[in-house]
Amino acid sequence: MKIAIASGKGGTGKTLISTNLFWAAQKNDQYITIVDCDAEEPNVAEFISGKGIKSTQVTQKLPIIDAQKCNLCGACYDFCNYHAIVYIPESQYIKIIEDLCHDCGACLVACKTGAITEIEKPLGSVNTAAINSHTLSIESCANVGIYSPVPVIKKAISASKNLGTVLYDAPPGISCPFIATAESADYVVLVSEPTPFGLNDLKLSVETLDHLNKKYGVVVNRAGLGDDAVYQWLKEKNITLLAEIPFDREIARIYSEGHLLVDKIPSYQSVFTQLLHNIKNQIAQ
Amino acid sequence: MIETAILSGKGGTGKTSLAAAFATLGNQLVVADCDVDAANLHLILSPENYLETVYTSGHTAVIDDNKCINCGVCETYCRFDAIHTNNGKVVISAVSCDGCMLCSRICPEKAITMVPNNRSRWYTGNYRNGKMIHARLAPGEENSGKLVNVVREKAKRVAKETGWPHIIIDGPPGTGCSAISSITGVDRVIIVTEPTNSGFHDMKRMSELSANFKIPTFVIINKFDLNPGITLEIAQWCDENGLKVIGQLPFDKAIVDAMVHCQSIIEWAPDSEISITIKSIWQNLMDEQPVKEPDTTHIYD
Repeated sequence: MKIAIASGKGGTGKTLISTNLFWAAQKNDQYITIVDCDAEEPNVAEFISGKGIKSTQVTQKLPIIDAQKCNLCGACYDFCNYHAIVYIPESQYIKIIEDLCHDCGACLVACKTGAITEIEKPLGSVNTAAINSHTLSIESCANVGIYSPVPVIKKAISASKNLGTVLYDAPPGISCPFIATAESADYVVLVSEPTPFGLNDLKLSVETLDHLNKKYGVVVNRAGLGDDAVYQWLKEKNITLLAEIPFDREIARIYSEGHLLVDKIPSYQSVFTQLLHNIKNQIAQ
Repeated sequence: MIETAILSGKGGTGKTSLAAAFATLGNQLVVADCDVDAANLHLILSPENYLETVYTSGHTAVIDDNKCINCGVCETYCRFDAIHTNNGKVVISAVSCDGCMLCSRICPEKAITMVPNNRSRWYTGNYRNGKMIHARLAPGEENSGKLVNVVREKAKRVAKETGWPHIIIDGPPGTGCSAISSITGVDRVIIVTEPTNSGFHDMKRMSELSANFKIPTFVIINKFDLNPGITLEIAQWCDENGLKVIGQLPFDKAIVDAMVHCQSIIEWAPDSEISITIKSIWQNLMDEQPVKEPDTTHIYD
């Protein structure tokens, strides 16, 4: 069972929900893993820390041109669909722009003189930690400034492939990093807030998940702030409201210091246990 | 012309609310919403768009089943794990396809064509204090960094045409391609952070990025009263690392009330403490780094 916790808008409370849900899941299940898929800003480790067992570097292949073998025919330039190769035949100039390369291998296929070989370029790391005897955390962490965190996210997800119940703390947005995460999940929990921004981004996420043909439900965080437009919309679209977490400065303070809500305010234990139960019911349907 | 980019690393720290406030402080402003993944600023500024433009974000490979002989050559070349053989039939996953076109080039039967992804749009419009450029990336489409570049180019063109000096950029969360595209070549970066461990951590990553680009960077600590201890830590860290904290804003429900009424806090509660602080932050920023007159002599400094 793979559950992704996601939101279109950043800062709605994905990590709050995923880390506390993790607490609820580890109570009963044999093996639980939480995967931090927000590789550009991984924050799960601030709430759930464990003993590091393994750190794997993630790399992409980067082509390099051997000037001795290159006959400047321009075939690689023609094959590159990302405009990552600059080719000026008049000046006998050819160069690969590292940041635009998507590691597709087309230039390698195009080159008939064997002038192109590949080196490994570091993109980030996947860090695995043991929290206790039956729980793991896997963090994807992209190096600052890399073009796309997707290969790092995919590596972290594939590390959790055969691990039973897995929670994915998804990256914000609706583009490639989010898709890479949602695609691997059986169910997506969308975290929203009752504000115009929250609703607008929830609609974008829902549209994307419909496109991917995924099952999903919604948690409304900071209930009590804003207005009730989000509830009306959920009703209209017949989308399941899985849980509500009220707006409370105390919750904000507990979160700010990297604590779990369930540890500091035990009455939330039943809220998250119930949330997990609701999610499981939804998956079973 | 001076470009100010507002970013945060972590989402939800208040970038867009602050961008909306700055965007309603004066007139003759050009605003670029570069959070093309989950754009929100238009909800407050409600621009009247006079131009809608199609944005093509790469291509997706499509197989013509009538031509495909299911030889599987494409599958062996695809590095994006987008091509699989199911029950003897070759299928391409549109979601995984990166649009590199290699399969289409090497297919012996010429059975694969590339279809442009053209569901994304970008818009140019007028709003009450100036002009706004914003975009909508279609769900699941890639290259948000490139769409950010398109939005910024248009904003610069509009600023040049009108002669208006300020471009305000509302940036995306994260430190990846769209964040990089949002700050490349700007005159200054404002990092909006909040006193949470996550906000602090992500602010450090963001400042690393702006330092890589050698851009003058300022910090605003939003909702500072939610955790005064962490606020202090952030302020100290900024001090030690040469980042100037140009303001601290309290948590105020009025920000959400303003949003619900499609107004910026400056418009909703102009005389509130938070609005007055935001005005003085903008003024301080102007004093720190004044807008230069259009450069005609090329002999500055």
